[in-house]
Amino acid sequence: MTDASIPSASVPDGAPSGRSSSLLTLDGRVRRRNAAERRFRMYGIGAVAIGLIFLALLLVAIVRNGGPAFTQTFITVPIELVEAKLDKTGNRDLDEIKKVSTFGYKPLVVDGLSVLLTRNGIDNVLTKRKDIAKLISASAVGQIRDHVVANPDQIGQTVEFRLLASSRVDGYFKGRVSRESLARDKNLDAAHLDIADALMARGALDRAFNWNFILGADASESRPEQAGIGVSMLGSFFMMLVVLALALPIGVATSIYLEEFAPQNRWTDLIEVNISNLAAVPSIVFGILGLAVFIQFAELPQSAPLVGGLVLTLMTLPTIIISTRASLKAVPPSIRDAALGVGASKMQSVFHHVLPLAMPGILTGTIIGLAQALGETAPLLLIGMVGYIASNPPDGIASGFLDPNSAMPAQIYEWAKRADPAYYERAWGGIIILLLFLMSMNIIAILLRRRFERRW
Amino acid sequence: MSPIWTLLFVVALAAIGYGAGRARAMRSASGDIRNLHSLPSYYGANAMLSVLVPALALMVIWLIVQPMFIETRVQQHIPPQSYADSGALSLIMSDVRRVADGLTVAVREGVFSVDDAAGLNSQSTDIRAALGSVGVALGSDVEPYVLKAAQEYRALSGTGQTLRSIAVLALALAGLIWSLRRTNRTFRARNVVERALLALLIMAASIAVLTTLGIVLSLVFNTVEFFKLYPWTEFFFGLTWAPSFGGGSELGILPLFWGTFYISLIALAVAVPIGLFAAIYLSEYASPAVRGFAKPMLEVLAGIPTIVYGLFALLTVGPALVALFGREGTLGLNWMSGGTAVMTAGLVMGIMLIPFISSLSDDIINSVPQSMRDGSLGLGATKSETIKQVVLPAALPGIVGAILLAASRAIGETMIVVLGAGAAARLSMNPFEAMTTVTAKIVSQLTGDADFASPEALVAFALGMTLFVITLCLNIFALWIVRKYREQYE
Repeated sequence: MTDASIPSASVPDGAPSGRSSSLLTLDGRVRRRNAAERRFRMYGIGAVAIGLIFLALLLVAIVRNGGPAFTQTFITVPIELVEAKLDKTGNRDLDEIKKVSTFGYKPLVVDGLSVLLTRNGIDNVLTKRKDIAKLISASAVGQIRDHVVANPDQIGQTVEFRLLASSRVDGYFKGRVSRESLARDKNLDAAHLDIADALMARGALDRAFNWNFILGADASESRPEQAGIGVSMLGSFFMMLVVLALALPIGVATSIYLEEFAPQNRWTDLIEVNISNLAAVPSIVFGILGLAVFIQFAELPQSAPLVGGLVLTLMTLPTIIISTRASLKAVPPSIRDAALGVGASKMQSVFHHVLPLAMPGILTGTIIGLAQALGETAPLLLIGMVGYIASNPPDGIASGFLDPNSAMPAQIYEWAKRADPAYYERAWGGIIILLLFLMSMNIIAILLRRRFERRW
Repeated sequence: MSPIWTLLFVVALAAIGYGAGRARAMRSASGDIRNLHSLPSYYGANAMLSVLVPALALMVIWLIVQPMFIETRVQQHIPPQSYADSGALSLIMSDVRRVADGLTVAVREGVFSVDDAAGLNSQSTDIRAALGSVGVALGSDVEPYVLKAAQEYRALSGTGQTLRSIAVLALALAGLIWSLRRTNRTFRARNVVERALLALLIMAASIAVLTTLGIVLSLVFNTVEFFKLYPWTEFFFGLTWAPSFGGGSELGILPLFWGTFYISLIALAVAVPIGLFAAIYLSEYASPAVRGFAKPMLEVLAGIPTIVYGLFALLTVGPALVALFGREGTLGLNWMSGGTAVMTAGLVMGIMLIPFISSLSDDIINSVPQSMRDGSLGLGATKSETIKQVVLPAALPGIVGAILLAASRAIGETMIVVLGAGAAARLSMNPFEAMTTVTAKIVSQLTGDADFASPEALVAFALGMTLFVITLCLNIFALWIVRKYREQYE
């Protein structure tokens, strides 16, 4: 463009007129074009960087907010199991011991805490002596009662219990609750925090890894310190079993038919169009389908992992079909020809030769499809897997499939909706667990692909 | 016999059939495999399929038809004056089922004898208390007609179950005998088995069609129900969305449309430039090392479940935006009052769509033939000029397709808007206000204990129908563009 043969009149402005320019000296226009080039390149780098920054922000937010959910504050309290209160007749009759409700255990906790305070030389600065029990989770009385019912022979002795601290105390040590925020809070006073600090300094209160969060059940709205994701993990597990048992065989059968046998006709075209459209239908529409067909029409139980699994199966099928077809396509025709050449039928050549060779690809696609299903939330909301407390682990396989349960993403949604900010921490923690599952599934898929991938 | 046991018997018969079919074929070939038309296992498989397929098909059909049949028979016992509409009838029917199940439990626990349960009447016995004692809690006392219907229900389902077991087992046995009689050395077992397998494959492939059909039917039926209760003109052209379960709701879709559209627009405004420039950089400039790192990292964003983005919007982005634009924010603008807003949801959805746009456009840019770039570079254009004037125009239809696909994803996205966008349906231009979308309202109308016959619940199906139609059209259009474009350079 800036060629010497161009008459000087048409030399674009910026180039010194009348003087022929050289490729070696940069004139104004070339400099501008180079600057535009650099700018364009910077836009590109900037876009990639912004994308990566978003990813980093997201991960940092997840880890920073979710990390604390994995530890929990416990208080070790010596509690005297007073015979006069727990077993008035003294004959250790289980039925009579069971008659004492958790309410009857409350004084024991207050006494135990007072003993703990005097033993550590801390003054109970609270106006009401009974208020000291607010340091402890409301679940503590249940825990003590269960222990007493299990070991009635320990009545009359003093037993050391490791009790959950209440969520406010726990939040204080995690930096979620401050003395200022307690001013408007009826559940705890700043004085409690002084006591908690003193207990922490003397080692009676400690923060430890919280297995209950990973393995435990959900708790009621007022006891975030007790809530765990374990039961909904089981719900997700049973749903994934349903998805695997249905989506894999149906998906593989569909792909084999379409890829190896299907003649070119209207029906085949219809199936193809349907599959590519189903892949793009919003997931919430599958939830509507599940609600109308499985729950309203077929009258399957609401909130059951079986129904969730069925809905997710329909949703994952297109993913599995698309990846299975790709891996069937990747098996070279020579394999089929060789099998047919030695007298195998079409069916035998597919099932004995093509399918085994395509298996790694199929499994990879299936795992990725399962990972997608595991993280899906929207359809589960419509079939009722939210809105209640998934507090009991299923007892047995049939109940695992049919009894109401939650699923991991639905449980996270449920926690995110609750009012107590302590539940937000649980929600983030749940996300960490969910992402760990997804990550390991994807890593398995990648390893499978690496290990078995064949270049023909 | 319960369905599980029937099933186990059928499976056992099938296993016997496999062994017997194989053995019979071998015997007819006098032990020499070369005399057989097919491999011995095909004769076994033939017998097995002849047992399994008809018996299981009958069982499935029976399991579906029997409850419907019993339902209609039992409904005759319920006097028409005791219910106002079909919703009340279905409530009564569920009572009937509860009582019937309760009677079964009571018989099992030994509270009633079998004859007692069939001959009870509500005057002489307190059914509610009796059922309560075995753990079946009833909401109210049992009406005489409900009890009668429940007894009929129990009797019919008992008979049905016996008949079903007999019919299924008889069919299985018949299949076994028939297939064994056919088995001899000239029988073309392989052809028969392969034809059956092919039929199974076709059935599996048809499930995709059935799913679409299920979606369409479940949407259409309920939408029609909805439009019987609520005029369609007000639904499509109404400007207010104010559902109230007491009745007198205003259910205009336009505010929801506006929210959906606004949020998607912001999402695309975030995702399209970033995604497109990232794709251009990664496919045209980046070294293999950078590409090998950045591309999978961006795609991680696509693999993160939407609930994570929803939580990110609700708990991180929302408060951060309030801290910037809120009343006491750093910018002191007082534009934003709460964390849930169009901006929050739009931004986060934009982040979610970045990998979607970047990897689709990346594929499309890569499929522009290298010769076109070489031609442009050979004429002295810089790389960015080549991209802007040659590569992008050539890739434009494909990129438009990618953006449309992303738009359809944005319109159908649920979790981010449920958590991040708020619940108020508004027609407003302010992006810092809370608005709501079609998907968010589907969730809120269908979760909870709404009565499925009310327009407030049924409206969700009409919303779903609209959503389905819109995303379907967008998808078909986008795929059509992409395909048309691809053919150009192949």
